[in-house]
Amino acid sequence: MTDAVELKRRTAELLAAHPPATTDRQTFLKARFDAGLAWVHYPEGLGGLGAPRSLQAVVDAELEASGAPDNDPRRNGIGLGMAAPTILKYGTEEQKQRFLRPLWVGEEIWCQLFSEPGAGSDLAALGTRAVREGDSWVVNGQKVWTSGAHNSRWAILIARTDPDVPKHRGITYFLCDMTDPGVDVRPLRQITGEAEFNEVFLTDVRIPDSRRLGETGDGWKVAQTTLNNERVAIGGMRLPREGGMIGPASRTWRERPELRTQDLHQRLLKLWVDSEVARLTAERLRQQLVAGQPGPEGAGMKLAFARLNQEISGLEVELRGEEGLLYDDWTMRRPELVDFTGRDAGYRYLRSKGNSIEGGTTEVLLNIVAERVLGLPSEPRTDKDLAWKDLAR
Amino acid sequence: MTTERTQPDLLYSEEEEALRAAVRDLLADHCDAPGVIARTESDTPHDLAAWKALADGMGLAGLLVPEAQGGQGATHREVAVVLEELGRAVAPVPYLTSAVVATEALLACDADDLLAELASGRRIGALAVALNVAPGGAYKVVRHEDGGLHGELTAIADAVVADVLLIPADDGGLYAVDASAATVTPQVSFDLTRPLATVTLDAARGRLLGDAEPAVRRALTAGAGLLASEQLGLADWTLTETVRYLKERKQFNRPVGGFQALKHRLAQLWLEVVNLRAAARNAADALARGDSGAETAVAVTVAQAYAASVAVHAAEEALQLHAGIGMTWEHPVHLYLKRAKADSIAYGTAGAHRARLAELVDLQAP
Repeated sequence: MTDAVELKRRTAELLAAHPPATTDRQTFLKARFDAGLAWVHYPEGLGGLGAPRSLQAVVDAELEASGAPDNDPRRNGIGLGMAAPTILKYGTEEQKQRFLRPLWVGEEIWCQLFSEPGAGSDLAALGTRAVREGDSWVVNGQKVWTSGAHNSRWAILIARTDPDVPKHRGITYFLCDMTDPGVDVRPLRQITGEAEFNEVFLTDVRIPDSRRLGETGDGWKVAQTTLNNERVAIGGMRLPREGGMIGPASRTWRERPELRTQDLHQRLLKLWVDSEVARLTAERLRQQLVAGQPGPEGAGMKLAFARLNQEISGLEVELRGEEGLLYDDWTMRRPELVDFTGRDAGYRYLRSKGNSIEGGTTEVLLNIVAERVLGLPSEPRTDKDLAWKDLAR
Repeated sequence: MTTERTQPDLLYSEEEEALRAAVRDLLADHCDAPGVIARTESDTPHDLAAWKALADGMGLAGLLVPEAQGGQGATHREVAVVLEELGRAVAPVPYLTSAVVATEALLACDADDLLAELASGRRIGALAVALNVAPGGAYKVVRHEDGGLHGELTAIADAVVADVLLIPADDGGLYAVDASAATVTPQVSFDLTRPLATVTLDAARGRLLGDAEPAVRRALTAGAGLLASEQLGLADWTLTETVRYLKERKQFNRPVGGFQALKHRLAQLWLEVVNLRAAARNAADALARGDSGAETAVAVTVAQAYAASVAVHAAEEALQLHAGIGMTWEHPVHLYLKRAKADSIAYGTAGAHRARLAELVDLQAP
């Protein structure tokens, strides 16, 4: 049985065989993966030990205390948070062996080729085509809002393989090699000035059938695993008090008494309370998960944090007065990851506008809460029985 | 303020869920909506039969009192669950006022006999501080002169059913006065289920219990923190009931609950209730653990700065979405709106709690 004691023993063994002080980072991470201590709830041989997920914290604490390198999870958020659980659930044995290890150690970064100019909230309406030719699929189309595509080695991709059936049924899920000919990544400059996202043009890209994930035509079902994991990711965070955007705003308030007004004080206090309550809600959700009683609260966390980020950063721009009229840098940078707290309030204000759009718009998520949590009737679906090719667009 | 403490336990234990089920059953038998509405129009708005069942039958009046002093030796966490259920039923019983606020005041004093009486439910106590006073807020006192108490105190919740009144006096003492020695006059109250009264003392004899200031502060802190759980129960009931109604009610040949404009409002409300649950549990847990004064104060002020807007919003949305029927006297939604609005003032408004929080977390006013 793999319990906390056993995990501590294995962690000590790993540290003894590969002392962090004298072991190269990648070597250590690979050894950690091979020891089953990467994500303990994954199966043996795939970086885990089939242990309860909650015991990961035991391993992480031991490793952190010993100064071991971590796998910098923010750098490969889509790989770890979305691609990996989907590959684990739907991948062939060969796919799991090939992809999970380099993904976890960060040798291979992943991005997500889902959204299209014509398919955002209505993702299942996507039009990127994949046509079978012998042992391969030939893919043509355009994806958009692809964060990190310029750094990525692999992508999870959904494409239409049958236009003659209703939209949800004609989609197939692929693992796409971003270095293949025909994959063209173009920076998409955003309101912040930087190009964290991309457009990706796919022209006659050949994907071997061995990189199909799940059955042909089953891509929507596979994508649900990806999307559910995307939304769960935010709920698992453990924030300290003032750990989110309220932190920099509160510090500015404390350090700059000359900026204070009565109106801003009232608004700041209200947002401080809302932030603390959201933090407690996230903590409660985490405790429910650990206790094996997951609640539907996760559906709400993304909505709460999107609103808070936007309101707090907006307040902070105002709080800064004259400085709020300035901006730190409009250069078109191409960051590896989004840095919410390292830049000025103006940047945070503009970037957080995306929080209520990315990963499901606030409007769509409210529908999901209303229908799946409260059980209210669903929206009328006029496209349900129509073949994709007959849809209005 | 980023100092970490041990994580609060924000879940419900199995025992707490069992307690909830028992209280809910009891209230289903005693406190149905038509009964509560009829009672509000009578001379006896309080449901003393329900109170007796809760206090005598289930021993819930003594949850906060240690067993050695005649109570159940439970904690604020269990009390919070009871209050959630009482809020769901807008039950007209003096639980928050007697079993929480008056009891906490006595726990701060040396008054074991009275404490045991309140814990058993044999007598009902009321702290004679106006219901709107926040923890740490200024409260009115009566004159102590020639061994008697003189003066008038207003907006004393549940005083009409109290057997013993806890009276703060101008000499800094807290006095126990038998209700028969005072004149208690009902006021016409906005919240019909937690009526207020004036207490008039004319040379009334009281027994000195101890210092008023720490006792009142402790009582109001617990009252404010646990009121959030009552507000949670109230908000939860109004949301659940509104969702149920909107699935049934048809207009334009569709269930009204299928219109996106309404779905988004209800989803929004659900988010607020979920948040309130975390905040209320956190306050109850902090009180139960007797955390450092500042940490409990933060938990209580955060809960109270958040709870009122949610409970009022939930009740107001319930009324609007029930539309015409929500405006009638026979539908219970008005009881919830009145309770929610009164609760938004009870033990300090959200604004008062935010002002207190500004000091606690060093976000000073200009």
